[in-house]
Amino acid sequence: MYTGMGCGMNTDPVLSHEIQIKEKRKKDYTLFRSILFLLPTWIILLIFFVGPILLTFYFAFTNLSLTGTEAKSLEFTGFQNFVTMFQDPNFRISMVNTIVFLVFSAVIGQQVLGFILALLMKEKNTSFRRIIGIIVIAGWVTPEIVVAFCWVAFLSDNGTLNMILGNMGMKPVTWLYTFPMISVIIANIWHGTAFSMLVYQAALDDVPKSVEEAAVIDGASRFQLLLRIVLPMMKGSIVTNMILVTLQTLGVFTLIFAMTGGGPGASTQTLPIFMYNQAFVNYQLGYGTAISLILLLIGIVSSTIYIRYMKVEI
Amino acid sequence: MKIKKYKKVAAYSLLVSSLLLSSACSNESASSDGEGENKEEISITFRSGGGTNKGLTNWLEKEVIPEFKKEHPDTTIKLAPLNVSEGDYFAKIALMLKSKNTAPDLVAEDTFMVNSDASAGYLESLDDKVKAWDDWGNFTENVKKGVIAEDGKVYGVPYNTDSRGIWYNKDLFKKAGLPVPWEPKSWDDILQAAKIIKEKSPSDVTPIWMNSGKATGEATSMQTFQMLLYGTETPLYDFDEKKWIVKSEGLVNSFKFIDTVYEEKLGPNLSQVLNGQGSSIAYQQLMPKGKLAMGIDGFWQSGTWGEEGSAPWPEAVDTLGFAPMPTENGDGAGTVTMSGGWAFSIPKNSGNKDLAWEFIKFASSKEKNLSLQLKDRNLTPRDDVAEDPNYQKIPMFDEATALLKNAQFRPAVDKYPNVSTQIQSLVEDVVTNKISPEQAAEQYQKNVTGIVGKENVIEK
Repeated sequence: MYTGMGCGMNTDPVLSHEIQIKEKRKKDYTLFRSILFLLPTWIILLIFFVGPILLTFYFAFTNLSLTGTEAKSLEFTGFQNFVTMFQDPNFRISMVNTIVFLVFSAVIGQQVLGFILALLMKEKNTSFRRIIGIIVIAGWVTPEIVVAFCWVAFLSDNGTLNMILGNMGMKPVTWLYTFPMISVIIANIWHGTAFSMLVYQAALDDVPKSVEEAAVIDGASRFQLLLRIVLPMMKGSIVTNMILVTLQTLGVFTLIFAMTGGGPGASTQTLPIFMYNQAFVNYQLGYGTAISLILLLIGIVSSTIYIRYMKVEI
Repeated sequence: MKIKKYKKVAAYSLLVSSLLLSSACSNESASSDGEGENKEEISITFRSGGGTNKGLTNWLEKEVIPEFKKEHPDTTIKLAPLNVSEGDYFAKIALMLKSKNTAPDLVAEDTFMVNSDASAGYLESLDDKVKAWDDWGNFTENVKKGVIAEDGKVYGVPYNTDSRGIWYNKDLFKKAGLPVPWEPKSWDDILQAAKIIKEKSPSDVTPIWMNSGKATGEATSMQTFQMLLYGTETPLYDFDEKKWIVKSEGLVNSFKFIDTVYEEKLGPNLSQVLNGQGSSIAYQQLMPKGKLAMGIDGFWQSGTWGEEGSAPWPEAVDTLGFAPMPTENGDGAGTVTMSGGWAFSIPKNSGNKDLAWEFIKFASSKEKNLSLQLKDRNLTPRDDVAEDPNYQKIPMFDEATALLKNAQFRPAVDKYPNVSTQIQSLVEDVVTNKISPEQAAEQYQKNVTGIVGKENVIEK
């Protein structure tokens, strides 16, 4: 039974009743319509996104294999994959490598360099900004595999760098084997800095001039201005950028795989490479998916930490 | 009101048509599958790239396929080679064989993968087919074992087999004052020779090449590690007990030998040997240029230097020797070789199994197989080809065949491919000095036990 809730404002209860029913119908209809229009998207997301995620969770607890008897009949093995993983020294190495790669190439390298570039370009004349911008962005628009090839060509035994060093009378260095981690970190910084630069350029432009002027009048030095006024006002952008760059870097596979293949040994084997090796080189798909879950977990945890620590709302 | 209605109709029809369109798309792909069968087309997948299988490709393209088409005019034979490193080939094959949409009709399988892919249900049993095929009797019994899976059924027809030994450069040996022909009696002899080469040769000469990286895949496992391990008293697998040997002095010593080679700088640069193209660097570049003194590898490398090979080098026959690999201390038979080989298999998901079988029979005849070995310089899986004078004329063929006397085979058991990849990464870890040989052996025990299960391992 309809009780006519919240109709005190209307003088005629019958009329208000009718209006409410009409409104309710309209509301229902709008809801129905929005569901209908969203349905294709949902179905596609369900099939191609949620489905695989759920499957990943399931496979992570099985002994699914690419070949051999397990490929035919997979068994539920509980937490076996995770137990193996935490006992696997290679997993620990990959974990450390991932963190080193993440911190130095993304958090420090791309962020700081991107910020410095943005800061230096601030309020310079447009053509200067444009030229520098294009040069930096060129690294970003280059596909990852091409970036990898460029850097291999530059750093390889007979590469450009060794040729230059040779002309200067120095002995060639096998960069990719002697300094593999540094090589991939530099390549990734080169590739990704433009993204941070663009984000910070926009953020810097958003800082109101009046606030800066007020600070200057109050006697703030340039450094204080940057540290106390500009950076806090950019906090939102910094966190967003941090999260995006972290997630991007966590997933970097092509660049490292093409440059070093995760080697030599396991010295550039980050988690995505480790996952690939277990799944497609060692044929242990179940184990590989378990590693991918850990990768997902790291992404979630690091994003949460950024948001909590910086106390911003996204 | 009218306009609103019109809009509504338009919106709904857009929705419906998009749904129809998406279902139509899926219908289309389903029907195109059916068409393939009517055309009588088969596709053949094998590994290519970097000079790999050049002889095989030539043989298929210029000889087998044109002649097969003469007999079967309404057919199309498509080559679908995979240009990938050896390590990636098997994973890629396994993925392709899983689905009807991607599976080729004929696939070249390294015999060590036959059992594993057969147990996974990817391959078609050829038992009935070979029973009705007279020619099957001409295949060497020992080689046939490589294509029989654990269930006792045949899953492929071998097209070659091989043996491994030490390629050495006689010129460099003579210059260093080493005896030619060279017959090492123990691992120490190899190391001694390498040291002498290092001392007496120009600095750009690499004394010994052994595939040692993950990127060279099975070559690292078989040409390097197992060539050593099978020369000790303990192989990989104990066939009497049906168990994997996970702890033995042989394992430690094999890792130690590899470690010594790199510790004493007798091996190649890591940037060369850990490369996926390592084998090509060694045998297409260094060896012909006289920059490599020794290399433990397969007899098929002589195909690389043949007229149709990827690095023709006519002088190879005179310049190089092919020495048998000694056992650790010269015990037992004194020498050892690992033998493998490749086979043609028919995937379960093949769209045209009958035509694929016809093609295999055609390509495996005495005449065709002989022609393949002449191009590819591998050993034949057929007894009648082995006796053919043309075959016996292949340079250094005697040495290579003689090695087969003491041939060892990889265990054709379910987990071999997984164990093999463990070996590969441990060898790379030792070579890059990440772990000591002893640690590698410990790690081997741990990893292999994890893979095959506690009940399937044994310590010696």
